[in-house]
Amino acid sequence: MEKSNKKQQKHYLRRDVLRIGGGVVLSTPFVGRAWAQTTEINMLAWYGHGEPDMVGAFEEANNVKFVPKYYAGGDNMLALIAQSPPGTYDIILSDGEFVQQLNAAGYIEALDPNDYPFEDMLHEDFTKFPGHWDGDTLYSMILRGGHLGVSYNTTAMSAEEASSYEGFWKPELKGKVGHFDWHLPNLGMMSLKNGNGAGLWDLTGDQWQAVQDTTMSLRQQVGGFFDYGGTFNGLKNGEMLAMCGIGDWITGVLERDGAPVASVIPKEGGIQFTESYCIGKGSSKADLVKSFIQYMLSPEGQVKSAQMLAYPGFCVTKAGRAMLQEVDPKEAKRSHQMDGMPNDPIALINEGRIHYRDIPQQQSLEDWNDFWSEYKNA
Amino acid sequence: MSTKHKIDLYALTWRLPIILWQLIFFVGPVVFMIAISFFVVKNYRMTEAFEFVNWQRMLTRGYFWDSYWYTLFIASLSAAIAMMLAFPAAWALAFRASENLRRGAVFLLIIPFFTSYLVRTFSWYVILAESGVLNAMLGYVGLGPFKMLNTHFGTVVGYLTLTLPLAVILQTVTMANIDKTLVEAARNLGCKPLATIWRVVLPLSKTGFVVTALFCFILAFGDFVAPFYLGGSQEPTLPILILDTTKSGQQWPRAAVVAIMMMLTLFAVAFTAIMLAYRKPKVAR
Repeated sequence: MEKSNKKQQKHYLRRDVLRIGGGVVLSTPFVGRAWAQTTEINMLAWYGHGEPDMVGAFEEANNVKFVPKYYAGGDNMLALIAQSPPGTYDIILSDGEFVQQLNAAGYIEALDPNDYPFEDMLHEDFTKFPGHWDGDTLYSMILRGGHLGVSYNTTAMSAEEASSYEGFWKPELKGKVGHFDWHLPNLGMMSLKNGNGAGLWDLTGDQWQAVQDTTMSLRQQVGGFFDYGGTFNGLKNGEMLAMCGIGDWITGVLERDGAPVASVIPKEGGIQFTESYCIGKGSSKADLVKSFIQYMLSPEGQVKSAQMLAYPGFCVTKAGRAMLQEVDPKEAKRSHQMDGMPNDPIALINEGRIHYRDIPQQQSLEDWNDFWSEYKNA
Repeated sequence: MSTKHKIDLYALTWRLPIILWQLIFFVGPVVFMIAISFFVVKNYRMTEAFEFVNWQRMLTRGYFWDSYWYTLFIASLSAAIAMMLAFPAAWALAFRASENLRRGAVFLLIIPFFTSYLVRTFSWYVILAESGVLNAMLGYVGLGPFKMLNTHFGTVVGYLTLTLPLAVILQTVTMANIDKTLVEAARNLGCKPLATIWRVVLPLSKTGFVVTALFCFILAFGDFVAPFYLGGSQEPTLPILILDTTKSGQQWPRAAVVAIMMMLTLFAVAFTAIMLAYRKPKVAR
């Protein structure tokens, strides 16, 4: 009797195991489906673009999750793509001047211009932005921009002194001028100071030598070479009173916190960085990415971009700018995105004082980088 | 009689993990690094090749040698300062402190390693800035403000943050193991305190001290954080040059050249130091 009870217990146990096991196996597809409901979008971008203040609302509305991989500099971006299998990145935020190289290497998909609000652009340059098109085929959609000029501590430099790159040579600033540690914007500014204007990237041998001489003459003023964090800290704690190679994208963040810093476009001209979205070649989520780009170019997305916590950028669409003025007039005013303001970014472009950032035309990036290393060691 | 050497399987079994570890995580990467120093970069992608172009380019650049000599100098200087600053504290802990106090002090010296080195480095901003704590204190006695951040001084302070606690610990352990009766004998025989240190303590601590200085040098020589964040990247040290080289054009092969030169230097310094540490003193006849 006892024996048969034990047998029965064993029997029940085996049945239970089978029942539970079967249940688990049968429910696996549902579990899988539940997981699959959130789609991951792999993003390659400058820091901040994949943070909740930028993508949170879109993630919530579309049940997607952005997985950002951040880079610093176009070279770094190209290398990360080159070292990854096709389709790794669904969306790539590129600096405008590197889109051509992305396209030449076959890393990005063509876009349909009809999907994006070209009729609403604040400036005609944005509709046919250099390098974003190959003939009539669009490869990248402009998102925003920012201007680089003289960034300074307003207690140490007057607006008039900052209105020329000459201001960096002010004797009182000895040891107090900092560099954002990237040769391209710094040497571009030195080229502008030398009066190369629109030809700032297209330097002959003599002009390149003159740019090097000008840069070297600034070395005695220089107190350090910094990354984003170091630049930020240097300006904030007053260690650096002027900064070369940056603009409102850093001082704007500090200004929002009440620091006495500002950026202006000097009379010799300024440089524009342009950030644009591309769809990664082989992405299986191209439609979702397209929706996201459309969202970022909508007025709501443009406002988010202008308010981005990591670093601000100006709107490129009329509707975006209008909405910024309506919902955040303080930020619109601070970033001069108001009609009639003297440093309105669009007005500056119209006046011909802004030059789009590019890569050297007659020298290689290596030549510029080699000189930059020499300069740092001088 | 046969002297055939038998393999001791038991001993080998115990040694195998560390041998495998070294092969996989040290020898392997070093061989790979040497190999990529001969690769070339095309369209931001490393391509296998056997070309000397990276070696030629880096070793003929003035800025490489400027960075090299500067790094060698500043790392040596900081190792020397760490050794000198550590000595009084280590001597007191080894010869004057009770066993309990010494244990407590060593524990306190280990505590800084519980926090991130980067965090410790950033905390110096608050102290060394022109508007920082140190300048505020100096201001009370009518001095300053002095520029300390983004200078060689800042770099050395950063290096010492990394090496000084270690130097004190290693020196303490070294001197604590000296036979105290030898020190007492020297004093009883009329040797003055400083002469006792010079003629008894230091010779008996030679090996430990050389190894300590070597550790301080190695840590400073390869450190990126202090010269970048406290030295303002001027002049750039070799680790900063590696970063610059990889940042622009993704020149990993050229960065590998710099890294190999650093390793060769460290091997040479370490080899010389060990020779010095274990050299037997000349016996007077």
